Amino acid sequence: MSFVLVQVIVGGLLLGAVYALFSSGLTLVWGMMNIVNFAHGDFVMLGMYVAYVVYTLMGGGPLLGAPLATLVLATLGVVVYFALIRDIMKGPMLAQILGTFGLALLLRYSVFWWFGANFLSMPQNIVGGTFAVAGLRIEASRLLAGVVALLVTLGLHLLLTRTSLGSRMLAVAEDATAAQLMGIRPDTMQAIAWAIAAGATGLAGALIANFFYIVPTVGETLGIVAFVTVSLGGFGSVPGALVAGLLIGVIESLSGYLIGAIYKDIIVYVLFLFFLWFRPQGLMGKM
Amino acid sequence: MTLKHVSGLLCAAAMSFGLASGAQAQDKVVKIGAILPMSGGTASIGAHAKAALEVAMDIINNAHPELGNLPLAKNAGLAGLGGARIEVVFADNQGNPATGQNQALRLITEDKVAAVFGSYQSGVTLTSSAIAEKYGIPFLNSESVAANLTERGFKWFFRTTPIADFAKIYTDFLADMKATGAKTDAIALVHDNTEYGTSVANTISTAFKDKGQPIALDVAYPVNATDVQGQVLQLKDKKPDVIIMISYTSDAILFAKTMQSLDYKPAILLADDAGYSDPSFIKAVGKISQGVFNRSSWAVGPSGSPSAIIADMYKKKSGEEMDDTVGRQMQGFFVLADAIDRAGSTDPAKIQAALKATDLKPEQLMMGYKGVKFDDKGQNVLASGLIIQLQDGENYVSVWPKANAEKAPTLPYRGW
Repeated sequence: MSFVLVQVIVGGLLLGAVYALFSSGLTLVWGMMNIVNFAHGDFVMLGMYVAYVVYTLMGGGPLLGAPLATLVLATLGVVVYFALIRDIMKGPMLAQILGTFGLALLLRYSVFWWFGANFLSMPQNIVGGTFAVAGLRIEASRLLAGVVALLVTLGLHLLLTRTSLGSRMLAVAEDATAAQLMGIRPDTMQAIAWAIAAGATGLAGALIANFFYIVPTVGETLGIVAFVTVSLGGFGSVPGALVAGLLIGVIESLSGYLIGAIYKDIIVYVLFLFFLWFRPQGLMGKM
Repeated sequence: MTLKHVSGLLCAAAMSFGLASGAQAQDKVVKIGAILPMSGGTASIGAHAKAALEVAMDIINNAHPELGNLPLAKNAGLAGLGGARIEVVFADNQGNPATGQNQALRLITEDKVAAVFGSYQSGVTLTSSAIAEKYGIPFLNSESVAANLTERGFKWFFRTTPIADFAKIYTDFLADMKATGAKTDAIALVHDNTEYGTSVANTISTAFKDKGQPIALDVAYPVNATDVQGQVLQLKDKKPDVIIMISYTSDAILFAKTMQSLDYKPAILLADDAGYSDPSFIKAVGKISQGVFNRSSWAVGPSGSPSAIIADMYKKKSGEEMDDTVGRQMQGFFVLADAIDRAGSTDPAKIQAALKATDLKPEQLMMGYKGVKFDDKGQNVLASGLIIQLQDGENYVSVWPKANAEKAPTLPYRGW
């Protein structure tokens, strides 16, 4: 019994790390420019499709698929920033919501049109099998995703807090006009933020593709998780997203096993409301 | 008013006359509304269904004498309506009961369809058929299995797919397996929380209870789950002999992947159609689901037979193998078209009367039903099914009952 519990918790932690990775992009964009990207889940979906295409066309595994997905999505992030975000940022909140929501639908149905509605799946052997450690079963693809997710999320945090690029980005987030007076170009910084955010999201998608199904609407399923993770962790906080992601992963797994899967969302959302009540800024967000 | 204006008006008037007479000269068209999940988590089902209905339209609207006794195949169009053509107006239900309801309203009030067909998910069929009932428009359902759909006292709702007897198929099949030495004492039901999942789980657990074998474990999960490790570990813990899966495609794939990663195989894995009949399920995880049993009413038949010809036409259209779900959808559509043909009119009451009088024999069907005949509730009482097994991970073969079996069932479940 206790053994199974350990398995449940380990599975939850690995899942949570991936939640954290694909949520960090969402929180970064919010922290930098107060924009809620409703197309976020669909960025994850695109990352999954890039990984799938890399596999089917080039026979490449995650070693090739993950960096390529990062690159493609980072590029897309920059394009989206200059083509859409830069303009709607100046508009009312409604324009931002509808703009990114429209982007979500555009991406989703472009993929529908191109790939069709069928469910796709990476072959099982692409990330070798499952480790059995002391009776625990850990899937290599989930372990890879979890470890990379932890490293990248930590890396993102360090980038923001310990590097001059990070300081410049935070300066723009704090006060774009003042930053401009100091010789920092807000446009460039925000484009970089979009590249990083979308790139991290693409990477998350490529890693998830190894153990999840791939379908144009998968962004709907995963996008909601990202929003809950980010609000629980605190909008704009990368470490907050990490802690919240891990927390949600473990709570989902534990309540799914102990109480029943149909109740796990109730528990996650009760906790979520509870936090909003007592700490509206989230676990690590600033007021 | 200048001369230019007058001549312009005259031109417009002439054009509209021309259009009107042109429309009159055209063949008559009978519009049928089809509400299907064209987007959302089950969009693959909608895409397949659309291809299937297009093949059915081709068969009805053009002459296909090679299809033998299949009603409406021989000549072009509906003979009862002077060769009128059938046209399907497709509507996307997004897998959402509220959207399905709105689409039914739109099809009936704006597109003025003669009948409505749909809507795959039981929960969507529930709401969209209520609108058809309110407006007095025939609604034909070919694939939703929630038992309560035909228990609402509706007068305009007709369902061709088997419902109650699938539970009997499961009890009889497992009794037969037990007779051959398999252990089938502890049965677990795994189902989602939709209308389909809960209703079918109820029907099955009642059927087993009546046989004196209550269900040992009931595992419910939210539809479109992000993770099912907890549920698989629960099953691994409790070790049931038989698992009956009631899941749509996305969750079926996730369960297959998670069962492999956690190295869990029940002795018998029995699926209730839905996701397990979706060809994209087989392509995605068929290789790690070898030996799964499934319910079906579709068998391709020998080459040259009407069912084999239809399967070919469908494959050309969609690029997919024919499966049980699209087969039941096409069959339902033929039943509806046949009723409209016999009604000889698009008057809803006449179509309703013709549907009530439907009496199709097995040789007039493409599916393996014993016929089509509706009871007072609108349920086809001659619907029946068989058990198929994914023995090689690529194609289902019929394995039960013995009379219809291509191969013998193999146990235990192999997985990967």
